Amino acid sequence: MTDLTDFLQLTPYFNNLPGKNELEGIGRYVSERKAEKGELIVAEGDQPQSLYFVVSGAIKLFKTSPDGKEQIFGIVYKGGTFNDVAVFDGGRNPFSAQAMVASMLYSIRKGDIEIVIKKHPGVAINVGRVLASQVRQLGSLVEDLSFKNVTARVAKILVENSGDGSGRPHRLTQQDMAAMAGTAREVVGRSLKSLEEDSVIKMERHRIIIKDIDMLKDIAGANL
Amino acid sequence: MSVEMPKIDLEKCDGCGLCVEVCRCHAIVLVKGKIKIIESKLCGWCLQCELICPQDAISCPYEIVVEKR
Repeated sequence: MTDLTDFLQLTPYFNNLPGKNELEGIGRYVSERKAEKGELIVAEGDQPQSLYFVVSGAIKLFKTSPDGKEQIFGIVYKGGTFNDVAVFDGGRNPFSAQAMVASMLYSIRKGDIEIVIKKHPGVAINVGRVLASQVRQLGSLVEDLSFKNVTARVAKILVENSGDGSGRPHRLTQQDMAAMAGTAREVVGRSLKSLEEDSVIKMERHRIIIKDIDMLKDIAGANL
Repeated sequence: MSVEMPKIDLEKCDGCGLCVEVCRCHAIVLVKGKIKIIESKLCGWCLQCELICPQDAISCPYEIVVEKR
């Protein structure tokens, strides 16, 4: 088998197709694209052109708010895909996609994906699985953002893990805080930014300085 | 005085090298299939290495201190 068909077999779209011939047939619709570090591959709001597969590197999926705040929805690595939703529902790209490092991508044009599915019905079941898994992931993020007062929990974690700078206080990563708050790391990053904007804390390289401990305790509220 | 730098869990690191590429200050190098962090005053704790690592082998922990009044 060629590198291309070997790769296709690893992806969630084509991993249970029976044979080499099918994969080689699909391979005819695949184009290769290199992306430089920092390159924007897909822009939120544009019309979708293609479905992308990450062959190497790492691609960040994000949205930007009107005031320039970035919300990361995920990072896609080797074997993963992006721009699936827009390609299948015909709407505009829901996220922007940017290469975090120099990356190699394969793509299949929107119109060609439909041809592939018609020729290889097994792919349709996989499409359903891929999209269902993305819906589940996004549903969990929506739950975190809308029903949980994550900022209050993050405030509580900061109060409980703070020191006066004289000893060696417990150190926490954003991932640690996310696990403690029962949320995603991306949501913790957003809460910290919001606390910083309100001048309750100050992010200083590897330190989080609590500027207003009384206010932070108030925000932690019933959680404290 | 030493510079606080991100931490590596060498048992988790599989040497994929994504952090080496993403690091803006060239503070991460790959030595014999494992990453090594070089102290760098240019490291601004941007968290990109921690964010990109698929193995969760890099951590950028924060010290939480209350400002003295």
